[in-house]
Amino acid sequence: MSYLPYALAVWIFVVGIYGVVSSRNFVHLVVCLTVTQSSTYVLLLAIGYTNGGTAPIFADVPQTSKAVDPVVQALTLTDVVVSVTVAALLLALAIQVQKRRGTMNPDELRELRG
Amino acid sequence: MDALVPLPVAIPLIAAAALTATGHFLEKRVDDLTAIAASAATLVISLLLVFHAADHRLAYWMGGWKPRHGLAIGVSFTVDPVGAGFAALAAALMTAALVFSWRYFDEVGTLFHVLMLAFLAGMCGFALSGDLFNMFVWFELMGAAAYALTGYRVEETSPLQGAINFAVTNTLGAYCVLIGIALLYGRTGALNLAQIGQTLAGRSPDGLVVVALTLVVCGFLVKGAIVPFHFWLADAHAVAPTPVCVLFSGAMVELGLYGVARVYWTAFAGVPGAHDGGLRDILLGLGVLTAVLGCVMCFLQRHIKRLLAYSTISHAGLMLIGIALLRPDGVAGSALIVIAHGLVKGGLFLCVGILLNALSTVDELRLRGRGRALWPVGVLFTLGALALAAPAPLGLFLGKSLVEGSAAHHSYGWVAPLVTAVTIVSAGAVLRVAGRVFLGLGAAEDPLLSPEPDEEHEVAQDPERSGVLMLLPTAALILAGVGMGLVPGIEHHVKHAAETFTDRQSYVATVLNGANEHTAVDSLSLLTLHASSVAWSLASLVGSVLLALLALYRERLVGRAARDRAYALVGGGLDALRAVHSGVIGDYVAWLTFGVAALGGLLALVLT
Repeated sequence: MSYLPYALAVWIFVVGIYGVVSSRNFVHLVVCLTVTQSSTYVLLLAIGYTNGGTAPIFADVPQTSKAVDPVVQALTLTDVVVSVTVAALLLALAIQVQKRRGTMNPDELRELRG
Repeated sequence: MDALVPLPVAIPLIAAAALTATGHFLEKRVDDLTAIAASAATLVISLLLVFHAADHRLAYWMGGWKPRHGLAIGVSFTVDPVGAGFAALAAALMTAALVFSWRYFDEVGTLFHVLMLAFLAGMCGFALSGDLFNMFVWFELMGAAAYALTGYRVEETSPLQGAINFAVTNTLGAYCVLIGIALLYGRTGALNLAQIGQTLAGRSPDGLVVVALTLVVCGFLVKGAIVPFHFWLADAHAVAPTPVCVLFSGAMVELGLYGVARVYWTAFAGVPGAHDGGLRDILLGLGVLTAVLGCVMCFLQRHIKRLLAYSTISHAGLMLIGIALLRPDGVAGSALIVIAHGLVKGGLFLCVGILLNALSTVDELRLRGRGRALWPVGVLFTLGALALAAPAPLGLFLGKSLVEGSAAHHSYGWVAPLVTAVTIVSAGAVLRVAGRVFLGLGAAEDPLLSPEPDEEHEVAQDPERSGVLMLLPTAALILAGVGMGLVPGIEHHVKHAAETFTDRQSYVATVLNGANEHTAVDSLSLLTLHASSVAWSLASLVGSVLLALLALYRERLVGRAARDRAYALVGGGLDALRAVHSGVIGDYVAWLTFGVAALGGLLALVLT
């Protein structure tokens, strides 16, 4: 097992955070948030991976054969579902901001200072 | 009795689903009644669980997937009095908020009730779960419902901005938790808290464990509004509908801190070095920073909801100080603060809701003297403010004195004066509002307070509506919060609950081996009024009243030259502090990243 997937997960996470911090557009910001989130998929799948393992379905292979860990895959799936909800909600809010204020730039909304 | 365990989650979820399906056909009042009934039923069952779990923990396995040979495969709800108590607190606040909403909104669709019930289910699930990934799922459910509720009034811009800031920071926090969980799973092969704790126990922590601990703790601290992760809280509270703020301040923020305590005591407490001074000092430092910053920012607000929100941040700091001592009596103190604060702060927010309903603004200066006609609200608001000042033996006193006593035991003697000072400032700010709004005291202008251009339009102005259905839950919450300390034996029971909460060995025995042992506690003590804690409570009560008067009448009390000198001294610092709370999401996320990195570095230094 190489370190590459872990390094990749860290890289995706950091890039996503950078995008969120520097974003000038709400849609861009939400997409960056989902980029950050995809680092968790990579990490989870990397943790469950074994070299030469098959999919964890034992219908037509012997029970003793090597398989990847199904638990992390279930976690990834749950993670996808949960976070899609949040992304959809954020995009809906972004549309409302555009409708009400005619801007997508977070820096132009300054009602909540101090 | 075990069959009751999943009900605090099942009842609100089923009611929410039923309302979604039928809400369009039914009368609004049916929605109201269903939601209130579901929430009240959740409250009753949670309270039953508190009493049932008082002498031994309950482990409930979903679908009957019990552990074999000490190996947990299924998902468990592990109920102890602290967890069930949190569910009960959330359900109590939810019931009050829903009763309050009965007459509150002009037009509120079914979705409001559905979201509120989903929010309640998320909070109860988070409090009861004994499985780390399951906690994450409830955490996200609670979050998603809360984001939607914050932005509920989508026709305005500031709720949108508040909801976006809240959602983005808390979602990033949740990703941190998830990465931490993934790393822990990679190391231990387990998701059950007891199992993780068993695998980690006795091995000295390496880099991976430290990173995992950092990420899980930081993620929960985002929800717990601990500096530097706290920025979202004031924005979300300022714009969310007032009944929703009750839940945010009273239960959700505290659940973030509960998550930290739960994961620490079950998963990490067995790690060598975890009890050492290093970790304690770091958490204590965060708590102190949060408490001080929260109370200073609280004092600078004129938007009353924002002011109460910063006061919540300050109290979250106090709760973290109690947890940071890493001792059962500190946890007990924090738990008592959580109960009293949740009830009182919930009641205060409802008072603000009535003000907003009757007078269409929550600006302290614009409301000056206009609250006189609403004198019952004024009496309740003042009572709540005094309860925050923690006079013995009412309001927050019990919890505060337990935290102080526990800290003194650890030779952190400075905690008592610090907690008292923080209490003086945050309670003083609320008392100042009470004096200005309900008695018309003080000047009409105050250059010290943050400028506040925007107005609230949550509800149309209609004094007729401020009926008994709005006053009743408000009075119930405030009086319960004030009188909580008088319940016979509460201190003893909470101490016992905290002993159970912090006992990792018996947690593992219940969850993995199915042991049904009684969690006996030997150190029985009745309400102890130490002379020192009474003295500190008197100091905080008198101090906060004096500070409120000073804030209102400083132009008469202090000479112009002295005032100018004082402004010159602190003005720059306060302006910088205001500038940091910029309301821009990018800044908040930068602070979050900085906080995670700094906390990770510090933990690596002290643990490895």
